[in-house]
Amino acid sequence: MDVKTQDPRATFPGEVHPTPGGGILVSKLDDVINWARSNSLWPLVFGTSCCAIEMMSTASAKYDWSRFGFEVARATPRQADVIIIAGTIVNKMAPVLKRLYDQMPDPKYVVAMGACATSGGPFFYNTYSVVKGADHVIPVDVYVAGCPPRPEALLHALISLQAKVKAGK
Amino acid sequence: MGDLIINVGPQHPSTHGVLHLVITLNGETVKKVEPHLGYIHRSIEKMCESLTYRQFIYVTSRMDYLSSHINNHACALIVEKGLQIEVPQRAQYIRVLLDELTRIASHQLWWGAMAMDVGAITPFFHAFREREVINDIMEQTCGARLTMNFMVPGGCMYDIHPDFVKSVKDFMAFFRSKLSEYDEMVTNNPIFQARMKDVGVISKENAISYGCSGPVARAAGVVCDVRKLSPYDVYSQVNFEEALETEGDCFARYKVRMKEMNESMRIIDQLIDNIPEGDFQAKTKAVLKLPKGDYYTNVETARGDFGVYIVSEGATTPYRIKFRSPGFCNLSALDHMTRGSKIGDLVAIMGSLDLVIPDIDR
Amino acid sequence: MIQEKLLSICPAAVFEENTQWPTMNIDSAEWRKLAEALKNENDLAFDYLFCVTCVDWKTHLTMVYHLSSTLHRHTIVVKAKIADRNNAIIDSVYNIWATAELNEREAYDLFGVHFTNHPDLRRLFLSEDWVGFPLRKDYEDPINMIKL
Repeated sequence: MDVKTQDPRATFPGEVHPTPGGGILVSKLDDVINWARSNSLWPLVFGTSCCAIEMMSTASAKYDWSRFGFEVARATPRQADVIIIAGTIVNKMAPVLKRLYDQMPDPKYVVAMGACATSGGPFFYNTYSVVKGADHVIPVDVYVAGCPPRPEALLHALISLQAKVKAGK
Repeated sequence: MGDLIINVGPQHPSTHGVLHLVITLNGETVKKVEPHLGYIHRSIEKMCESLTYRQFIYVTSRMDYLSSHINNHACALIVEKGLQIEVPQRAQYIRVLLDELTRIASHQLWWGAMAMDVGAITPFFHAFREREVINDIMEQTCGARLTMNFMVPGGCMYDIHPDFVKSVKDFMAFFRSKLSEYDEMVTNNPIFQARMKDVGVISKENAISYGCSGPVARAAGVVCDVRKLSPYDVYSQVNFEEALETEGDCFARYKVRMKEMNESMRIIDQLIDNIPEGDFQAKTKAVLKLPKGDYYTNVETARGDFGVYIVSEGATTPYRIKFRSPGFCNLSALDHMTRGSKIGDLVAIMGSLDLVIPDIDR
Repeated sequence: MIQEKLLSICPAAVFEENTQWPTMNIDSAEWRKLAEALKNENDLAFDYLFCVTCVDWKTHLTMVYHLSSTLHRHTIVVKAKIADRNNAIIDSVYNIWATAELNEREAYDLFGVHFTNHPDLRRLFLSEDWVGFPLRKDYEDPINMIKL
């Protein structure tokens, strides 16, 4: 007997939009995994100049970032998820930053903290050795303005990063 | 057995900033330490050649960011010296008070970071709790927590907040009780003392020859406090002692800094109730031009003797400006202090030198 | 008082007027001899070299040394003129004041002044393959320097 299989999509009266990444089960699982990942991003200890002190203030008791999951700050890039570039990047440091970024395993995120890491900051004009923005070296996810940014500003940036991770990017 | 050459840094939890050390080891004994600098060299001296005499002050905040007020104070002093500007008494009192608060905040961070290097993580959180109180006072008056450019040639930028005196007095009462807690927790701890005594010894002659200043030199017995030798602002009118020790090891540097915190509190107590009324800024011209010649001034930051040298050709921007940073000379003594000790001692020595790398690299 | 003593060691020195501390201008060839005398003479005893700078005057370079004595508490400034910009040479004083070692490396790195008998004259702040001496007045760098 000839069973004619008809493609249900051909006679379906409405429109079919394929869900990216799979069907309902896999996307729910993705949501749970993204939620888990965003709430336990481990930062790398990387502070070059003044913004590092505000980063340390954010880590300590008053503005505590460990309530958002950033508890364990790893010293080695092999175990870190997010690199917070706190401070100016100069020509001699740029290859070191690139190497650290390459050593981090995927998925990895970058936060450019402060005016210097965003665009060179106060050292933009008339300097021969400053890289005008860390995004000349590695791709950046979140930029934080300020010189140095307040700990609350850094926390806001980290929460936006968490929202970005939860959305699956 | 041959020698092992290893790299410490530039990205490392215990180098305070980006310091790259190339260490030659024989087993665990250090034979030679060679610092590689320049990982935060932001060409500040070249940049200042195109900034006017009011504009270059903000950059010095970012050099030694833990003593940012004191660095700004040095720049304001040199412009005032060149232009013969008389600073009103009220401004002088405010400047010295902010300097001493900054010194306490800087030594707090040093204490927390030093204890963390040696292995105790808890004092770090205690230190930052105290620093947050000082940061709040600074934010109320100066507008910023870390890099405040509050000093201008002629005095201060704005007047102090009405709550300043009360907040500082509350902080003094709170902090005094904490210092005795620190003594119990860290200073009298036998493990801490065993890691710090007789480690990294430098003699008095070597300290002078290497150009060391600040607590590093005072721990070896060198009398070098700029606030005593060439007083500026109201330092000539306050009573305080210079903290001197003779052993020259890490524990002596620790004791010198703890004593300096006590002396800073003494200075603040003498000044806080007697701030005179008056202007907070002297009237200066709109465009400042230093007359042709050289000028040098130095101040005592939390790290040592910070000097500013300006060569002026009579224009609105300096012809050559040089910042004599205390960390640069203290670092040159690191190799001498570390020869023959174990690698664990290297971390303790670096912590006791209290280096801030952007100050060294400028 | 010290001016006479210094003139007797270095007769060709010229003292400047109206300066904060006694300032003497010498030629770079006499620096080593003067430095040894400054450290070793008992009534001079300058043991604390606190600032080593170089200034670029477009036609020549000048090395400026600020010295102080912890014993007698006096300070002087020595300015050694280096006449030839393209071949700037002066003696190193690293074995008189140990702090000079790193400071002279900095002057070499940023100005191109060569110090004879220095144990390890390499670039300090800039990377080894950097071309040029940035703090000189004729340094052009259109790639890195964005002028206001």
